[in-house]
Amino acid sequence: MATSFKDRNLIAVIGDEDSITGLLLAGVGHINEYQKKNFLVVEDGKTQVSEIELAFEEFTQRKDIAILLINQHIAEKIRPTVDKYQQAFPALLEIPSKDHPYDPSKDSVLKRVQKLFGD
Amino acid sequence: MSGAGARENVFATRMALTNTKLRLKGAQTGHSLLAKKRDALTTRFRAILKKVDEAKRKMGRVMQLASFSMAEVTYATGDIAYLVQEQAKQASFRVKAKQENVSGVVLPAFEVDRVGGSGLQFPQSLMHPFLMKPTDFNLTGLGRGGQQVLKAKEVYAKAIETLVELASLQTAFMILDEVIRATNRRVNAIEHIVIPRLENTIKYIMSELDEMDREEFFRLKKVQGKKKRDTAARDAAQTLAAETEIQDSVDGEGELSSNLLSSKDEDVIF
Repeated sequence: MATSFKDRNLIAVIGDEDSITGLLLAGVGHINEYQKKNFLVVEDGKTQVSEIELAFEEFTQRKDIAILLINQHIAEKIRPTVDKYQQAFPALLEIPSKDHPYDPSKDSVLKRVQKLFGD
Repeated sequence: MSGAGARENVFATRMALTNTKLRLKGAQTGHSLLAKKRDALTTRFRAILKKVDEAKRKMGRVMQLASFSMAEVTYATGDIAYLVQEQAKQASFRVKAKQENVSGVVLPAFEVDRVGGSGLQFPQSLMHPFLMKPTDFNLTGLGRGGQQVLKAKEVYAKAIETLVELASLQTAFMILDEVIRATNRRVNAIEHIVIPRLENTIKYIMSELDEMDREEFFRLKKVQGKKKRDTAARDAAQTLAAETEIQDSVDGEGELSSNLLSSKDEDVIF
């Protein structure tokens, strides 16, 4: 486990167009030697849930991704998968988007915390 | 599950007793140490929890700002989404992982690592959008709004730094959670299973030893008793032998006296 996170250095994104554009502008976009991107643009109404699931699985299995950013409203679509996610790497972070401000009650990590301290 | 009657299968000897007592002492020390570790970790955990909460709210605000600057760009430049996606080749914004030791637990922390497009690494302080590889998004905003694009780049870069910090906190949080659970399980196992077992073993050995002592004592007493009876019997036999001798000698004297009586004297005539 110690060596596995030393090689992780990319930030992956699953988000809507605006979030992706902004983040790519900052420089997180990457295409590796297999022409695999580290980001997925999700278009409202056009992208299938299965596609999102697939990308999620793919990004979490890759060994070079340290952080996975996902828009909260997209995380809602694959909520069961996200809630089951227990790995320490890559770190899963839910970010707000332009149209959906951040809602702490939906965040999977905070929900786990609630379970721990709710009783 | 084996309950209060559980004990280890050992021969009841004094050596086993000493060994088991030592192990019990070890288990008790271990238990208190683990409980302390667990408490320290829980305190640390709660502190991180608060930080995570704060950081998430901060992130909400920061991302909001970033979206605004993005909106400005779109307003000034038109839609650059396609252009930006096409131009993404090598990530210039990466993270480096380093390890931190927190009360005995190794936690990873993420650090922003800016790699220039050409593979050169620039120190954080010198990093400025102008210094990035010239062909990075060079064509973006060439028509108009170049300044907005640069500004948006900066705002997003700042936002991502916050996100990286948050990711570090979150990973630390998840790992600590696991470790606390495991430590708790160990503490409970020692408290409810290991220590009672050892105590039962000690009780059993001591009771066995006591019983062996009693048996020994009883045997000793019995042997003593037999010895006494033997000696008594021998004494009695001796006394009897002595008495019979005396009796013999006494009987011999009785015959002599009757002879005396049998010799008659002549009658005396006057």
